[in-house]
Amino acid sequence: MSQLVFEQFLNGIQLGMFLFLVSAGLTLVFGFMNIINLAHGSLFMIGAYSIALISGATGSFWIGLILCLPVTALAAFIIEVLIIRPLYTRDHLDQVLATFGLILFINEGTTMLMGRTPQFVDMPEALSGSVTLFGVFSYPLYRLAIIASGIIVAAILWFIITKTRVGMQIRAGTTNREIVQQLGVNIDGLNTAIFLVGAMFAGLAGAMAGPLTSVEVGMGENLLILCFVCIVIGGIGSIRGALFGALTVGIVDTMGRSFLPSILGAFLDPASASGIAAGLSSMSIYLLMVIVLVLKPTGLFPVAGRIS
Amino acid sequence: MRTTKLGLLAGLMLSATAAVAEDLKIGMITTLSGPAGYLGADVRDGFMLAIDEEGGTLGGVPVDVLVEDDGLKPENGRAIAERFLERDQVEIMTGIIFSNIAPVVAPLTLRADRFYISPNSGPSQFAGSKCHENYFVASWQNDSLHESAGINANNLGFKNAYILAPNYQAGKDALAGFKRYFNGEIVGETYTQLGQTDYAAEIAKIRAADPEMVFQFLPGGMGINFMKQYDQAGLRDEVPLVLAAPSADINILRAVGEAMVGVANTSHWNHDLDNEANKAFVASFAEKYDRLPTVYASQGYDTARLIASALKATGGKVTEDMDGFREALRAADFDSVRGPFRFNSNNHPVQNWYSRIVVEEDGEFRNKTTGIVAEDHADAYVGDCNL
Repeated sequence: MSQLVFEQFLNGIQLGMFLFLVSAGLTLVFGFMNIINLAHGSLFMIGAYSIALISGATGSFWIGLILCLPVTALAAFIIEVLIIRPLYTRDHLDQVLATFGLILFINEGTTMLMGRTPQFVDMPEALSGSVTLFGVFSYPLYRLAIIASGIIVAAILWFIITKTRVGMQIRAGTTNREIVQQLGVNIDGLNTAIFLVGAMFAGLAGAMAGPLTSVEVGMGENLLILCFVCIVIGGIGSIRGALFGALTVGIVDTMGRSFLPSILGAFLDPASASGIAAGLSSMSIYLLMVIVLVLKPTGLFPVAGRIS
Repeated sequence: MRTTKLGLLAGLMLSATAAVAEDLKIGMITTLSGPAGYLGADVRDGFMLAIDEEGGTLGGVPVDVLVEDDGLKPENGRAIAERFLERDQVEIMTGIIFSNIAPVVAPLTLRADRFYISPNSGPSQFAGSKCHENYFVASWQNDSLHESAGINANNLGFKNAYILAPNYQAGKDALAGFKRYFNGEIVGETYTQLGQTDYAAEIAKIRAADPEMVFQFLPGGMGINFMKQYDQAGLRDEVPLVLAAPSADINILRAVGEAMVGVANTSHWNHDLDNEANKAFVASFAEKYDRLPTVYASQGYDTARLIASALKATGGKVTEDMDGFREALRAADFDSVRGPFRFNSNNHPVQNWYSRIVVEEDGEFRNKTTGIVAEDHADAYVGDCNL
């Protein structure tokens, strides 16, 4: 039993790291640029489709993984210049409408180009199979690789944000954009850079998802909702919050799915227990969000003095 | 209704337009988008193949098939059904793939006094207490699919099983159906979310429960994702799977590949069934669409052929001769590609279920029929239906 708990905990961390890859960009864009980008999930999908196409054509997962980053960045650059830039000074409703339109546009465009049949990415030879952890249970190597890539991205972001000059400007901009602009920082350049970096993380997450799940139109939307939950729990604009929120959501969701049926089964008959558990576990993360928002309305790691 | 409208139209429109308006309208609400989109696409393609073979008619009656995508959302299904029934005046409704859409579309259709003929979904309530004289299922009652898997699991000698399905009507029907005939012990039962893509948590639970076999009902993309992850977790060689047709259709085999070889499953149809209608169907489907038909394509084709047989009997009358058309449908006077087939008193099929095994031949992954697990199998709800 403790072995199962540990394995599910690992599954939860893996889901959390995966959510973090997408949430990191979302929270940066929302926190620094004050833009609600609903099309962030579309960038995730673009990453997944690029790896499916490129690795399908070249036969190599790794070439696909490397090339999907510039492809996503290019897509993000076009989106930023054409759609997002005119929206900086507009209110959130306009941003929601425009980026929701983008979702429809990108989804339909992908359907026209790629068709409705799901695409598949082959698992790289080096990461397929499973490893035995602590001599007791085997765990898929690829899922460990997702955890590792999440940790690497978190470390890179931590370094940039806390140790570099650009990071200082980002932190300052998240707190008060106008003053940073008045101090002579090139806000437009920084905006584009942040949008591209966020998009590349989403693209990376999409590419990592490829070998695990089918690559299909609309795959980013469900994920996007989860990621909004992550950044709201963590505190908008905070990378640390996004990491913490994503891990919490991942673990709560996985643990709920695994253990609620047996917990409820202790005092309900099996059929209704599994029925109620299925419903409860899909609600669990939203319940968590409600609880966090009641106790800490700005999230667990609010950005100090943020003026939005 | 149709004739009065035509009378008005005739005065206003060119005769060519009137001739088009005279075609019998069939509404097809099906799932074409998302990971399960190929299910609807194959039902549609099979249906259209039957029409093409007759040169644009069914049973000699010119038909106009309106196809719309429900996107696996009941609210879309409702909107399309209302439009089909009120504006387009379709006389036959068909195409429904998923059992969360059928309970929305079927009552609307039946209330409007039109015929509902399912090419796929057969939820339990409409086979039993809520059965209706104008509601037909040409494919199977949901439970039956999985009852056949339960029987197959017994035949293969499994003593216990872990079972999982999505948390919706067809998923509940699936687990109920499997348990109805499986004699062994159920060591674990899990409902997943409809459209779930990651099954890490469920797979860990299966590993911990250490069952002799796993039965899963995860149609379309869900099954593809589950099977890939099941293989990646290294469970495939440890815990074998016994599946029903929707979890082992040819698209899933193609997508999952080698990891499916040797998986036992059951179906009411397979491409290698030895009857003339099936041989002709598989050949002409492959010729027209350049791929092997899935079980869904066979169901779409059979549904169209069923409608054709009834239209031929009534000379094209549907809503003008409800009793005649209904009786003609019930007779099911056509050669089904699945072999022996007739309707039970609840308008659901009585048919054979075949055991199959996944093999690799000519570099392609296919199902090979190995025997019959249930002959003239009727659904479990027929007794609750007082038709």
